[in-house]
Amino acid sequence: MTTAALTAAQAGLVSCEACKLVSRPASATEPGFCRRCGEQLEWRRHASIETTWALVIAAAICYIPANALPVLNTTTLGSSEPDTIMGGVVFLYTSGSWPLALVVLVASVMIPLGKIVALVYLLISVQRGSIKNGHERTRLYRMVEFIGRWSMLDVFVDTFTVALVQLQPLMSVAPGAGVLFFAAVVVLTMLAAEAFDPRLLWDSANPYPSRHG
Amino acid sequence: MRCGATLARQPSGPSDLPLALTVTAAIVFIIANTSPLMDLSAVGRTASTTIVGGAYQMWLEDEKITGVLVAFCAVIAPGSYLAFMLTLLLASRRSPAPFWISEMLRWVEHFKTWSMLEVMLLGILVALIKIAELATVDPGIGMYAVGGLVLLIPAILVTFDDRELWQRLEWVDGETPPPPDAEVSR
Repeated sequence: MTTAALTAAQAGLVSCEACKLVSRPASATEPGFCRRCGEQLEWRRHASIETTWALVIAAAICYIPANALPVLNTTTLGSSEPDTIMGGVVFLYTSGSWPLALVVLVASVMIPLGKIVALVYLLISVQRGSIKNGHERTRLYRMVEFIGRWSMLDVFVDTFTVALVQLQPLMSVAPGAGVLFFAAVVVLTMLAAEAFDPRLLWDSANPYPSRHG
Repeated sequence: MRCGATLARQPSGPSDLPLALTVTAAIVFIIANTSPLMDLSAVGRTASTTIVGGAYQMWLEDEKITGVLVAFCAVIAPGSYLAFMLTLLLASRRSPAPFWISEMLRWVEHFKTWSMLEVMLLGILVALIKIAELATVDPGIGMYAVGGLVLLIPAILVTFDDRELWQRLEWVDGETPPPPDAEVSR
C-alpha cells in the first residue's frame, strides 16, 4: 500500500460520534467529552469487537429455532396446522405470487443469514489485521447496516395476519414460538451492526499511536 | 446592490420546509394510528384492525415481547421521532439554539434507526395477499395514511440539515458558537 494521508487519529484529533465536531482532546488516554454536545469522546467504540462477537453469536443461535419452529398456527374448524417461515414462502409461491415469495425469501431467510456471515467475516478480518479490500469491506458494512431493518418484514406479516384472521370459531391464526426467535435474530443483528466500529477496518492500514484497550 | 437581485442566500436558513413536513407527518401519523388499516370479511363476519391492534393481539396471544417490539418499531419510534423533530425544529428557531437540543438530536438518530414504517407497509401488503385467498380484504384509511408517512418521513430526512443545526448550537462549555468558518475543517 502506498503511504496514505495523515489520519485524524494520527494527528491527535478525535471526531465526536454524535455531532461530528473534530476536536483535540487534552489527554490521549482519556479523550473526555465533546466540547460542543457533551458526548463522551472515544478513539474507537468501547469493546467494539467483543460486543459485536457476542451479539452475532447470539443471533446465530436464535437463527436455528427461528427457521425450525412454526411462526404461525392456523386453526380451521378444529384442525390446527403449523407454518414455518419457509412454509410461508412455499405457500406464496404455490398460490401464484412468486415475486412476493421471492421478497419474503430474501428478507426473512437470506438477509439474516447474510448479515451474520458478513459480520463474522468483518470481525475476523479486523482481528487478523487484514489490510486488503478496505473499500470493499467498508461497503459490505454499510450494506449490512442499511439492509438490516428489512428482515423485520416477516414479523410484521405474522402480526397482521394474526390480528386480522380472528374469525372464531371458523378460523383463527395464532403466533408460534418461532416469531420470538426470529424477532430476536433481527434485533440482535441490528445491535451487532451498531456495536461494530467501521473505523476498525482501516486501523491495520493506518495504525494510530494512542491505541489502548 | 444596483438592481436588487439576490446575490447570495443562506444555503438553508431557518428550517421552514422540514417544519412544515413534520407538522404534516404528525397529522398523518395520528390518522394512521386511529383509523383501521384494513377490513376483513368472510362468510358474513367482519374484522378490522389498527396498527396498535395488531401489536395488542400479539400480546394477547402470549407473544408479549414480539408485540412490544412491533409496537415500538411501528408506533413508538416513528411517533417519538416526529415529536422530537417538532420540538427541536421549533426550539432551533431561537438563536443561539438552546443546548438541550443536542440531547434530542442524539435521540432522534436512534429513533430513526428503529422506526420501520416502510418495512411494516410491505409486511401488511404481504399479509393482505396471503389472506386474500381466504377472505375479502379491503384496505382502510389507515393504510393510505401509512403510505403517506412512508413518503413524508424520507422527505423530512432530506430537507433537515442536522449539520447546519449543530453549528448553530450553544456549546456545552457555555461558549457561544463560533462563526461557521472558524470551525475545524472536516
